[in-house]
Amino acid sequence: MIGSRVVVALAGFALLLAGCSAGGSEQAQGERTVTVLAAASLTESFDELAGRFEAENPGVRVQLDYAGSSTLVEQLTQGRRADVFASADTKNMDKASKAGVTGAEPQVFATNELTIAVPKGNPDHIASLADLNAPGRLVVQCAPQVPCGSAAQTVEQAAGLRINAASEENDVKSVLRKVTAGEADAGLVYVTDAKAAADQVQSVEFPESQRAINDYPIVSLKDAPEPELGARFLDYVRGPVGKEVLTAHGFGAE
Amino acid sequence: MPGVLWVPAALALALIVLPVLGLLTRVDPARLPALLTSSAAVDALDLSVRTSLVATVLSLVFGGPLAVVLARARLRGVRVLRAVVLLPLVLPPVVGGLALLYLLGRTGPLGGLLDDAGLRLPYTTAAVVLAQTFVAMPFLVVGLEGALRSADARYEQVAATLGAGPWLTFRRVTLPMLLPALGSSVVLTFARALGEFGATITFAGSLQGTTRTLPLAIYTTAQSDVDAAVAMSLLLVVLALLVIGLAGTKAVEGRA
Repeated sequence: MIGSRVVVALAGFALLLAGCSAGGSEQAQGERTVTVLAAASLTESFDELAGRFEAENPGVRVQLDYAGSSTLVEQLTQGRRADVFASADTKNMDKASKAGVTGAEPQVFATNELTIAVPKGNPDHIASLADLNAPGRLVVQCAPQVPCGSAAQTVEQAAGLRINAASEENDVKSVLRKVTAGEADAGLVYVTDAKAAADQVQSVEFPESQRAINDYPIVSLKDAPEPELGARFLDYVRGPVGKEVLTAHGFGAE
Repeated sequence: MPGVLWVPAALALALIVLPVLGLLTRVDPARLPALLTSSAAVDALDLSVRTSLVATVLSLVFGGPLAVVLARARLRGVRVLRAVVLLPLVLPPVVGGLALLYLLGRTGPLGGLLDDAGLRLPYTTAAVVLAQTFVAMPFLVVGLEGALRSADARYEQVAATLGAGPWLTFRRVTLPMLLPALGSSVVLTFARALGEFGATITFAGSLQGTTRTLPLAIYTTAQSDVDAAVAMSLLLVVLALLVIGLAGTKAVEGRA
């Protein structure tokens, strides 16, 4: 008696689950989707690239998901399926390769470097990395565990100093937000992030930034649902349009 | 009890227990001691326990009286007040953090005044305590207020007719009735403060030893070393279970 009730309840539960997944994968007839996982710092440039790619390829939708590179690698190793992965550093790309989720040799398509973001007008007259340690200065940077933080560590070593940060954030956008919100006097961010927020911050370049140039590798993934489309998008990013868009957003793209 | 209730009940329990067990499958016992004694883990645990204790005391000192006021005061608009008290429970913690930041941050109306006086809250341990108190205090208020409402107010009335003043009545009649509920509410408040994440990272920032509590350390560590993050997660789970189990069993059970 109870057994049959259990079966009914379980069946109901299964139906519920089936309903959820059916709703999630609903998609227009004939439309194909290429799924791209990209580092958060690529948000502005990849949004633009995806828009142009869709315009040139009718019936193709680019589904973009931005997150920290390490988060994306973790998702991929846990079985998430996608077509293309663009990382903000080679360290995380190596992790993906080692985990066996990449489908080819990753290729560097852009470079980025750090700059000091300060409020418009540079009220504290910050001109160098050393100025960040002036008494009373509120500086925010990335934690060493994330790419922008390990880049910060490298430039600090190159400059022979250690920045007394008030907070070590988990991503570069959080650092930028603290500066734009007026809660920090300066922050170490990527050139591209400072450029994206150019109406609120200005950047102070420093020579040591050349010692920590971040390579952005891109790769097509194993078990890609749309391998051919993925390859096409990857070529697009590495092609003339990609270079143009990436450069316009402040990346180095050779 | 209808037997069919066992099925959803078991599923509900599985939803809570299985993911926590899933954590265990990611732990490498050989690395565990090293991971748990790293300076990052020790600093975070130490900071978390200290700030959560202070937040719990603050919740008790300020939230306790608020609960009494909500339950006993004859006020217009008590319902609205109660809804306001519940707000931190339903708001995403990040919203709480932003709210604290825009009031008490350097550019906020109150924070600006503090800044002029040479006081800075964001990026300090005090900010962590404030964020934890903001999200955890409602547990104390709601728990106590519920107990006060279900407690029989006639005892207090009798005490009053026997000549006891409001303070004596509160001390000798109300407070003893509240003790079990007080226990469970304090435990819940402490446990919630221990797990606080969103408001802290938004308002207080994240710096080892100063503002990086255990939940923040788990988040940061997970960016580069998932095994270490899982080890710290386990630490937090064990700590929460200890708090709920040892301090709370009696108080959480029954009518409280």
